[in-house]
Amino acid sequence: MNRDTLLHIIRFIVLILLQVIVLNHVNFLGYLNPYIYIIFILLAPININRSLFLVISFILGLTIDMFSDSGGVHAAASTVIAFFRPIALRSVFGLSYEFQTVKLSNVRFGEQLLYVILMVLTHHIMLFSLEIFNFSHILLIAKKTLFSSLFTIVTTMLVLVLFRRNNS
Amino acid sequence: MQQIINFLIKNKHSLLFLILLFISLALTIQSHSYHRGKIVSSTNFFSGGIYNWQHSISDYFSLKDENKRLLKENEHLRNQLSALGMESVSTKYVDSISFNKPYTYTKARVIKNDYSKIDNYILIDKGQRDSILPDMGVITDKGIIGIVENSSKNYSRIISILNSNSRINAGLKKSNQYGSLVWNGKDPNIVQLETIPRQAIIREGDTIITNGRSTIFPKGIGIGTIASYSLNQNKSYYLIDVKLFNDMSNIGFVYAIKSKDVDEIKSLEN
Repeated sequence: MNRDTLLHIIRFIVLILLQVIVLNHVNFLGYLNPYIYIIFILLAPININRSLFLVISFILGLTIDMFSDSGGVHAAASTVIAFFRPIALRSVFGLSYEFQTVKLSNVRFGEQLLYVILMVLTHHIMLFSLEIFNFSHILLIAKKTLFSSLFTIVTTMLVLVLFRRNNS
Repeated sequence: MQQIINFLIKNKHSLLFLILLFISLALTIQSHSYHRGKIVSSTNFFSGGIYNWQHSISDYFSLKDENKRLLKENEHLRNQLSALGMESVSTKYVDSISFNKPYTYTKARVIKNDYSKIDNYILIDKGQRDSILPDMGVITDKGIIGIVENSSKNYSRIISILNSNSRINAGLKKSNQYGSLVWNGKDPNIVQLETIPRQAIIREGDTIITNGRSTIFPKGIGIGTIASYSLNQNKSYYLIDVKLFNDMSNIGFVYAIKSKDVDEIKSLEN
């Protein structure tokens, strides 16, 4: 248990640094960045205390906001997906989530992908509508959400597959 | 009372969620209004320090281009000097009464630069310690970059011209008409100049400069050239697309402009 906590703390720090130092400056095709710091929220333990989880996600988002000078958009988006994660988990994994036996490292690829897609889409819709914050730019919001989501989903799946733990 | 407490305990997760969401929304709304986004910003020593460290590594990759650019600027300045008839520059003595220039320049290094969002900010590695204060203009050798919005001890945040909150007075080089420079968030090379009256005679390729009507920028700093223009709906103003001289995605060093008269002018205005 203690080793797991340490792992999550290290993951938290590494993901933030990776995001702000490298991935915020990718600007693929001029404006696309993958936001893979949400892997922390995706991989948080199923049985974590919900209040604690909400607060940690909020802090995670706020740290990214501090680095990218974006007010509170990442904090809002992270808090939202942290709050809705149980719903996404239940709708994707069904019974195995109810019995708290699901582990993201040993579920089927299709289910994992579906879970990632759900979470990333929710996060990005929230993120870009708050970042642009102007309904006359709704096409721009849709465009950014769509392409950034694709980019983030691909990157996230790559990371998840590459760093899969085979100890189970 | 018991029921209220029970309700609170039962819904504590949702309540916590709503509180956190409210805080982040408040921060977001605050960041969308000009001169307010000051609570969460990258000028603190932690994020500033990390960006500084990161940039001290990535600096080396652009040294060659940076050198070329400096040489070009030197060449340009030397040509200007010889045109003024001053072959050698005296470093010993400047008569500050007869040659009192109202602006001084401080160089700084850009350690973080955004250009892909709607509201872009730039972080530089000088702050109050080098007397860089809010409302100072920031330029490069080619043209304007933005205005200092927030400064800490060692770092300052610049509100880039590529920011939906930025409004800068700008005008035509060949006449005195002026308007305000804004950005519509689409192309980081093109900004928009609004409210130039239709009496102005403009052509594609005309130069747009700052017009010195505020204390932030001196008159005559380059901004860009006219890429295209159209009249607005009731045909009283031009809407002009301006192609920037600066490549906003590639800024190495900048100069912050301090106006010596700013306090005097402000006290007159109030």
